[in-house]
Amino acid sequence: MSAPFYPQGAFSDEVSLALAFVIGIGFGFFLERAGFGSARKLVSQFYLDDLAVFKVMFTAIVTAMLGLWLLSGVGFLDLSLVSLVPTYWIAQLVGGLVLGVGFVVGGYCPGTSIVSTATGRLDGLVYLVGFAAGTLGFALVFPHVQGLYTAGELGPTTLPEVLGIPYAAVVLGVVLVALLGFRGASFVEKSFRQAGTSRTEKCGD
Amino acid sequence: MAFAGREPRPHMNPYWAGIGLGLVLLATFVLMGRGLGASGAFSSTIAWLVSLAAPGYAQSNEFLARYLPEDTHPLRTWLVFEVAGVFAGALLSGLLAGRVARTVEKGPRVSPGTRLAFAFAGGALMAFGAALARGCTSGQALTGGALLNLGSWVFMLCLFAGAYAVAPLLRRQWR
Repeated sequence: MSAPFYPQGAFSDEVSLALAFVIGIGFGFFLERAGFGSARKLVSQFYLDDLAVFKVMFTAIVTAMLGLWLLSGVGFLDLSLVSLVPTYWIAQLVGGLVLGVGFVVGGYCPGTSIVSTATGRLDGLVYLVGFAAGTLGFALVFPHVQGLYTAGELGPTTLPEVLGIPYAAVVLGVVLVALLGFRGASFVEKSFRQAGTSRTEKCGD
Repeated sequence: MAFAGREPRPHMNPYWAGIGLGLVLLATFVLMGRGLGASGAFSSTIAWLVSLAAPGYAQSNEFLARYLPEDTHPLRTWLVFEVAGVFAGALLSGLLAGRVARTVEKGPRVSPGTRLAFAFAGGALMAFGAALARGCTSGQALTGGALLNLGSWVFMLCLFAGAYAVAPLLRRQWR
């Protein structure tokens, strides 16, 4: 049998939940290793003096994307059996903007707030409670925002499908953009760290 | 602070951490035919709590009903178990690196109370965004990014755009 295994009945629900826990350990471990249990580290991305968020996220995306492409290329993995969240581009555009604003206000995203809480940060725990409260709030107003929730429906679709260019070409494009981004990130960090230092010196603190 | 006399180890090189994260994500695709997530675990938890307090309402609410399966407990879902693992894995890494400490992450110019109020507000705001977008940084940006999912890339670009747009206004909180 080829991958993905669970959708083809290779193992039971119980095994899938045990795997969820083990996979979660790996996920949490690398998030913490990267320093993503700290809100200060995370929001540095948006003040441009530490772009670790961009570097880690895009390295992870490129790694998994190349892995999927290779495994499906050699016939080991059937990409059509990997579930795809359907696109509602207007809902996701608005949701993305709101999430971005909330990131700078709150200092975390849901996953990193778990990491922060696990390593003792009180602000992580309070963020988590806020997120739970917001989820309840969204559920309560759901009948009123249902129009926005389903706006821009395009179904499950990918960039290669919409752009009408081969999958491999998009993969290559993302890799090139990431590599350029990594070079640019180091340059931006250097200049903003210098700017930060000179400003601190002027203020005398 | 809590571990006086023991300096926390430096963070892992971001590219190595990214490769590690990417391989965990790839293993998830291969084994499960799905990706990672986080916000869905919160939705399941809230749906379960509301179903305890007001079962009729929970079933009639279209958003909550989605997270209330008929044949099994609402918390018996993949993401709830995954998030429990995230907690354990983060604690393990934090202990190994000497980074576990009871503290508040904040900028030098705000009080802990202000920081906590912002943490709560930001969390609540992001819950709206994640519910609208059908996922958060893990479920949409990371997972959908690797799958070249159209909606995920729209989401990810808007996330960065929204954050950079408000960062100057919130500078006082962090710098």
